Amino acid sequence: MSADAGYQFQVNGAPVQVDVPGMRRLLDVLREDLALTGTKEGCGEGECGACSVIVDGAVVDACLVPVCQVEGSDVRTVEGLAPSGDETAADPAFPGPLSPLQQAFLEAGGAQCGICTPGMLMAAQAFLNAGGEPTDEGIREAIAGNLCRCTGYTKIIEAIAMAAERPATAQRP
Amino acid sequence: MRATAQGTGLVEAPVNAPRPGEVLPGRARGAPLRREGPAKLTGTAKYTDDLVFPGAWYGATIRSTEPHARLLGIDLEPGFDWSKVVVLTARDIPGDNIVSALHDDQPALADDVIRHHAEPVALVAAPDRATLREAKRRVRLRTEPLPPVFDPLQSEQVFASYEIGSGDVEAAMASAHLVVEGEYRVGHQEQLYIENNAMIAVPRADGGVTIHGSMQCPYYVHTALKRALGLTDEAAVVVQEETGGGFGGKEEYPSIIAVHAALLAQRVGRPVRMIYDRHEDLAATTKRHPAIVRYRTGVSADGRLVAQDVEVVMDGGAYCTLSPVVLSRGSLHAGGPYACEAVRVRSRAVATNTPPNGAFRGFGAPQTQFAAEMQVNRVAERLEMSPAELRRRWAYREGDSTPTGQVLRESVAAEEVLERAVEASEFERVRAQTRKAREGRGPSSRSASGIGLALAWHGAGFTGSGEVHLASVAGVELGADAIVRVLIASTEIGQGTNTIFPQLVSEELGVPIEAVEMARVDTSVVPNSGPTVASRTAMVVGGLVIGASRGLRKSVEERTGRTFAESYREYAAQNGALRVDQRFEPYAGINFDDDTYRGDAYPCFGWACAVVELDVDLDTAEVTVRSVVSADDVGKVIHPVMAEGQVEGGTLQAVGYATIEEIKLDNGRYMNDRLATYLIPTALDAPRITAILVEKPYSGVPHGAKGVGELPMDVVAPAVVAAIHDATGVWIHELPATPERILAALGRP
Repeated sequence: MSADAGYQFQVNGAPVQVDVPGMRRLLDVLREDLALTGTKEGCGEGECGACSVIVDGAVVDACLVPVCQVEGSDVRTVEGLAPSGDETAADPAFPGPLSPLQQAFLEAGGAQCGICTPGMLMAAQAFLNAGGEPTDEGIREAIAGNLCRCTGYTKIIEAIAMAAERPATAQRP
Repeated sequence: MRATAQGTGLVEAPVNAPRPGEVLPGRARGAPLRREGPAKLTGTAKYTDDLVFPGAWYGATIRSTEPHARLLGIDLEPGFDWSKVVVLTARDIPGDNIVSALHDDQPALADDVIRHHAEPVALVAAPDRATLREAKRRVRLRTEPLPPVFDPLQSEQVFASYEIGSGDVEAAMASAHLVVEGEYRVGHQEQLYIENNAMIAVPRADGGVTIHGSMQCPYYVHTALKRALGLTDEAAVVVQEETGGGFGGKEEYPSIIAVHAALLAQRVGRPVRMIYDRHEDLAATTKRHPAIVRYRTGVSADGRLVAQDVEVVMDGGAYCTLSPVVLSRGSLHAGGPYACEAVRVRSRAVATNTPPNGAFRGFGAPQTQFAAEMQVNRVAERLEMSPAELRRRWAYREGDSTPTGQVLRESVAAEEVLERAVEASEFERVRAQTRKAREGRGPSSRSASGIGLALAWHGAGFTGSGEVHLASVAGVELGADAIVRVLIASTEIGQGTNTIFPQLVSEELGVPIEAVEMARVDTSVVPNSGPTVASRTAMVVGGLVIGASRGLRKSVEERTGRTFAESYREYAAQNGALRVDQRFEPYAGINFDDDTYRGDAYPCFGWACAVVELDVDLDTAEVTVRSVVSADDVGKVIHPVMAEGQVEGGTLQAVGYATIEEIKLDNGRYMNDRLATYLIPTALDAPRITAILVEKPYSGVPHGAKGVGELPMDVVAPAVVAAIHDATGVWIHELPATPERILAALGRP
């Protein structure tokens, strides 16, 4: 990739190009260059998972990924979870503005202060997309890299299990 | 490096993202959905660091690297263009160099003496982060070391002390058939909200400053700004933005950050962002007070609790902050929820040259109740009695008196929470099993299971005359747009404020919940309903909001002659806005003497019982907490999902406190001041938590709610240690009960 052309990749299905140093953190590119502030910074060293995003199907901490590493990749953030207008109309099971996973979090009480929520949702969505077995252990393992200080994880696990039972919960990459 | 590089391409926000505050259809188990939930779930909720202020500079704090020293000077290294940045010291503070709190001892910026590691000494602001980093590196503190004090038992500076009690403790102890003694130690604990502290200060045209930040208590910040910057009420405006957790950690500490940001913004003449990273937040902000509790318990020959003698020493750190009230609550709860005629609690909070300690969920009560419950469990062992049965005999009942002479006239649920937790956990059956397993265990056994129980109480609302002094005000307004707005400074920090107030108001007025909005928490808009602390929001502020709603309903109904629900739209269209404020009035029959510490320390108490099951690896002494049943009496449940969420979250924080959360200090510095080294429980560490909500309403507030935030934090740690004892036969007297401590107690190297 030549420096003048910047880095090109996809964010939530849309092509983007950023003209920034290659070692700039994906987290800063998302938050500051692309104004997608849904992805949060909790520790900046890959411990808390608040900045979890999905890159080519895998959950990563955006604070540990330099933007040069996502050249040509498919990046998914919390902003891309909720269906677009067209998708909503096409899915009568979920007429609301939220995805099945988001709706389950809302109903079960999986979000309290909300700061870990975007990262938690991305970790859970990647787990569901991969067809993970929604057992208690399976879900705990899937979100083990995402710290939450409010919920004791109880209702987060409940929400993910609830979402797994619902149709159209897995999302296409 | 271009810190503000612009991306190109189209990244769309969700097309159908709910509007801020939009109420979505659906229910959370029969209760309304979290009001700001959709915004949090779609990433559109704006936390402080998400806000964009064009042209804003970045601020940073220069901190001491010594625990105690004379500050001789602050040098700016040559070879750097200092005109590009702004540097401020104590001399640049226009008002008082004081962070407003209980005592005037803490400076916003250290002046002549440094009293703890990571103490703020100077401030720097720069137009970009790279310049800021460079400037920060080149500020040098010239100091002369002074001898530090780290051991609270050696400290001669006392922030507060109390002696509370009733009866003749010495005589009662002398008459006791059994006396159990113990010394217990608990360490620092970090609140570890996942959103670090964050403040943005914006200069105002009137010479003042507006703060946008993460906080629990906007009016504390407001008071601190006025004092340090010499501002009028109107020129200091504080806006609480979406706040990513608090747990007490955003009670008093945000004041100093706001003052710092405001000082810089006024000098720079632009917005200044003061966003802590995790390392700074861990290294510099307040923690739970460490404590040393010495305890003697006297029991009569027929198994009655006849004497309690308690000595509490809390480590306040370098400045007073909230230590007197943390100590007060800790002291008032030190006897535990048990009737005893002869009680003496002597306590003091002292200064050490460590970063100041402050508020953290439970506020002194978890520290002393850990000791209290350890004692009760150890007495049960000595009497060869079930810990549940002993508590059945000792626990408070209605009509009993507390050590301050408070008669518990109503809303006492100690027995009920005990029975509910014992039943749900099958405590006696499991205990018989673990006992059998323990007795049959050979030297080749690799692991052991245990079950433990604890009981706790937690005074609802501010201690003593606190609520009377606060004189909180809440408002409810019918707008000309026929929207009902709740005007309070009580903040949503995840616990559900934004949801339960519309619930209470819509119920009171008979209008749909969609017709009720929360006003923006902005000190220029909302009255001072007091700080969001002490589990007081649902009970105290809830009572005020219901009172204001009733006033509003009455005014409208008198005017229209019809019910509020039928006539409020028409009233609003014809008459415009109508606002009713309700000021706190003392609860009937509740009196406390702050000087003698006699009387009703709290209007009422919440009650909790926890049963913990765990496994101990007998080779490594690693503890795996498998399950916790927590039965909590919250008076009246307003929102079951959110109330359970409080119990579950508090329970896991307490499991962390009991097992893994520990701060190591070296020469007054926190050594594990990163998230890689300060550990909190992950989903894999978390036990299965069963929250049982018990309702024993308090008649002093119209809705009967007593609060839920802190109660679960008080009760779990001693139950964990009791379960470790049940598994291994050893008592751990110091938290956290780490493998090292368990192995040492087992007599292994």
